[in-house]
Amino acid sequence: MAKETGVVSWKELALGCTLTEPGTAAQLKTGDWRSKRPVTNYELCNKCGQCYIFCPDMVYSRTAEGYYEANYYYCKGCGICARECPKDAIQMVEEEN
Amino acid sequence: MGKRVGMEVSIAAAEVVGLCDVDVIAAYPITPQTHIVEHLSELVAEGHLDAEFVPVESEHSAMSTCVGAAAAGARTFTSTSSQGYALMAEICYIASSLRLPIVMAVANRALSAPINIWNDHSDMMMARDTGWIQTVAENGQEVVDLLLHAYRVAEDPRVLLPVMVNLDGFTLTHMIEPIWLPDKEEVERYLPPYKPQLRLDPRNPMTFGPVGMPEVYTEAKKAQDEAMNGALPVIVEAWKEFEKHFGRAYQPVETYKTDGAEILLLTVGSVSETAMTAVDKMRSEGKQVGLVRLRLWRPFPAKELVDVLKQAKAVAVVDRAMAFSTRSGPLCVEVKAALYDHGVSPYVQNFIAGLGGRDVTVEDFEKMAAKTSEGLAKGLPMGYEIVNVRE
Repeated sequence: MAKETGVVSWKELALGCTLTEPGTAAQLKTGDWRSKRPVTNYELCNKCGQCYIFCPDMVYSRTAEGYYEANYYYCKGCGICARECPKDAIQMVEEEN
Repeated sequence: MGKRVGMEVSIAAAEVVGLCDVDVIAAYPITPQTHIVEHLSELVAEGHLDAEFVPVESEHSAMSTCVGAAAAGARTFTSTSSQGYALMAEICYIASSLRLPIVMAVANRALSAPINIWNDHSDMMMARDTGWIQTVAENGQEVVDLLLHAYRVAEDPRVLLPVMVNLDGFTLTHMIEPIWLPDKEEVERYLPPYKPQLRLDPRNPMTFGPVGMPEVYTEAKKAQDEAMNGALPVIVEAWKEFEKHFGRAYQPVETYKTDGAEILLLTVGSVSETAMTAVDKMRSEGKQVGLVRLRLWRPFPAKELVDVLKQAKAVAVVDRAMAFSTRSGPLCVEVKAALYDHGVSPYVQNFIAGLGGRDVTVEDFEKMAAKTSEGLAKGLPMGYEIVNVRE
């Protein structure tokens, strides 16, 4: 079963399209929706965590050094983190391809 | 042993639902379904039936409650009519798509406007593409039998689809008829306890009704279509089992005096009994007329229907609802498609009759047969007419 995309034969779908395990949305790649990606300038970042708090897709996670880094597997490129960043440390950069 | 009772059909319907040991009933009263729901409410309130009766604020909520309860593994029941069905329809699609074996009795009634509480098949036809199995009763005994059959079919692990049992408003719901009511043991022998394949349970979390992206929606609908097609042999099997248990036989397509018939009338529901009387009369006059009655509306038994219709030279299809601008009733549209698909082409005349409670009499059926016979003999163009409409 291609969990990354959800593309399966009709014969493989569970009864009534039920999801029989919890948390399966974590397997679904939403990063390919993106036209721009957030890039953090760690020179400006003060580790406030606003990007982590505001991200609607749980893209940001805290690193050992206390910075926040984006997981592009999920990031849809909505730009909320860049807008909310009080230090203007996050820039939305065009995806090349 | 069961017992023979003189009982209003609605009360008998409620009694048999009670015998099926339902867990949750959610319904909103609407004419002419009201007595079914009232009696179930009484059965629960008086302690005869150990079930939750949820007095919801609308039919939309009634079906929503049944969906939730069925997803949690409960045996559920609801009932409605006409406008109530229309309000409920949004959730009816969800019930079938989630493969929940809800059973619903629909007391068939015309749709507004003009507002009309009397019988026709507008609601049944509105429901045709909701993915529900639909059976149709012609008398009170059949209502009882088909409700019992409905639970057995719906909950069969090979089916798991909701079932709608259609009974004509007033002409069935409000009649007092002699009915064999089974007893609890007989019902239990025919209807095993419901064992859900998947259910909502906090100890084993699942998501019912997740979003279906374009990558999955088509496959979901294909799976549902296959489930409906696959239900047909199980429906027939459950009727054969029913006959073994109770001695009464049912089939997707039933016939009356069709041997050697040149003209076949095709009817659905309680008007079939009037049509039988008309066929008796015409046969006694030497006319080669027979009757075909559609017992199963969904899944549509196209092959079974064609197998019966192909022996005749002409077919008079009697519709009891409108399908505006198609120059045909909704039943006739599908009958013609089935005939075409099977390469059979009898002369087909369509009659739209009995709208909004207007009586369809023996004489009306005689006229329909005569017009069809005349059209066949003279080679008149096939078409449709609204019976007895005042010009």
